[in-house]
Amino acid sequence: MRVGLVCPYSWDVPGGVAVHMRDLSESLIRQGHEVSVLAPFDGEGVLPDYVVDGGRPVAVAYNGSVARLNFGWKATRRVRKWIQEGDFDVLHVHEPLSPSLSVLACWVAQGPIVATWHSSMARSRALSAVFYLAQISMEKVSARIAVSEEARRTLVAHIGGDAVLIANGVTVANFADPATLPGYPRAGGTLGFLGRLDEPRKGFDVLARAVPVLAARFPDLRVLVAGPGDPEEALGAVPAEFRDHFIFLGRVSDADKVRMLHSIDAFIAPNTGGESFGIVLLEAMASGAPVVSSDLLAFRRVLDEGRYGRTFSTGDPQALASVTSALLEDPDARKSMSTAGYERARHFDWERVGREVVAVYESVVLPGVKVREDLRGQIVGRLARSKTNDVSAS
Amino acid sequence: MSWWWILALVLVLLLFGIYLSMTAGRLDRLHLRIESAERALDVQLALRTAITIDLAVSGLVDPVLGAVLTDAAHAARTSAALGVREREIAESDLSRTLSLAFVDPEDVSEIQRDPEGAAFLEDLGAACRRVELSRRFLNDAVRACRQVRSLRMARWFHLAGRTSWPQTVEMDDTPPPLLSAS
Repeated sequence: MRVGLVCPYSWDVPGGVAVHMRDLSESLIRQGHEVSVLAPFDGEGVLPDYVVDGGRPVAVAYNGSVARLNFGWKATRRVRKWIQEGDFDVLHVHEPLSPSLSVLACWVAQGPIVATWHSSMARSRALSAVFYLAQISMEKVSARIAVSEEARRTLVAHIGGDAVLIANGVTVANFADPATLPGYPRAGGTLGFLGRLDEPRKGFDVLARAVPVLAARFPDLRVLVAGPGDPEEALGAVPAEFRDHFIFLGRVSDADKVRMLHSIDAFIAPNTGGESFGIVLLEAMASGAPVVSSDLLAFRRVLDEGRYGRTFSTGDPQALASVTSALLEDPDARKSMSTAGYERARHFDWERVGREVVAVYESVVLPGVKVREDLRGQIVGRLARSKTNDVSAS
Repeated sequence: MSWWWILALVLVLLLFGIYLSMTAGRLDRLHLRIESAERALDVQLALRTAITIDLAVSGLVDPVLGAVLTDAAHAARTSAALGVREREIAESDLSRTLSLAFVDPEDVSEIQRDPEGAAFLEDLGAACRRVELSRRFLNDAVRACRQVRSLRMARWFHLAGRTSWPQTVEMDDTPPPLLSAS
């Protein structure tokens, strides 16, 4: 099958959706499908050969924050050209509510179209016009996928209709390498944290305030912290004598992330919100690290209400400290959690998730029907046709 | 003064015309989507029937089950000619027969021990899952189309033309639990 995927956000800025699309593309390629991804690109680094440069995004104010978007005639022509040349059996757009290449692709294409919804969004008056337009452009979409129950609910409540729930995946094989950071594993207790330090919803502060409590019991405790941000600022609330417990790795490569996850006794996810799916937990579990997380709904789902990891009440450093110290004192529990967690991660392996996505493709594609340009029923579309003709003529 | 009135009137009429044309375009696309979704469901139902018959005559299942499966699959295959309702019943019967046929984990693992049998069951499970998805996507398209067709302007100006009121497909399409898990 020839699959055309549209990514709404910059390929070179790592984020949930872009990572999802990279893993999905690679899973589809492994299953023997031909994949082309159209993605915005800032020009930093090199694109993999299955990604097509969708142009440089422009920063504009949108929905209360600054978004980096692609729009205008130049972007539309790029999308048109990509669809004309792609000869796709199915077009798969991601996050169709964010104004981006995904919306443009929905607008200019017809044929079997699949859309995946990633985030949940509250409806606001400012966005109601956007929802109306989204509803119209969604009318072309043959099949809809939501990656989480929250994303599905946004879709059902604001756009109408239903979506198939296919959870996010993790490529378990990428986390299999058992190599650790030099000097690990070590005695005395080692914890791991992953995420931006300056993003309050990642909850580093909750962990930082739990460490003095834990250090009273485990004097040799170490916390490996991987993620961008200023350590000085992040440790603002921590008394000076406890700061030696933290080791800041900064922004780490994928390989170092895996080494870090294999070096720790427990992975701590103190997030306080904003997670629609706990991919970070699955990565730790795929590496065999026991997980301690806040009891956000998304996390509780991944951990199946505590069966595959331990939770504490969100935002409470005391609770984090008591759950973590119980785990650090119990090597048998860590071992069985590691095994169970690995099995859980395999349930979300991209091998399986990718096959489910392909089942959705297969249930909408038709022999002999390809994704084509759509010029009917749209006045603006007809204007654009004369414009593309001009371009090809010149 | 009257000049302005005429200009405003023309403008309003023009905008109204654009709105009608766009709504007609939406309906056109929705009808097209329903049509493709119906064809996709036809393809998936036919595939499911074909795999069921292949499995029934493969010698991998006992003769009684083989006869039951062939009969249900045959009924599903020929029902399309009888009418929409008859087809829904026959296809639902096939779904139920498949669920009953593969309800015992021991039976299933017996068939799966043979590599060919395992491949058959995997194909069948995937086909049942795709039937479920296709029907869901079709009914989704029907709902979206009905919503636009109920708009006052769409009714008053007969924007849907002579196309009939879209119908959902109602049937039991639950895949056999033991096959969908694999």
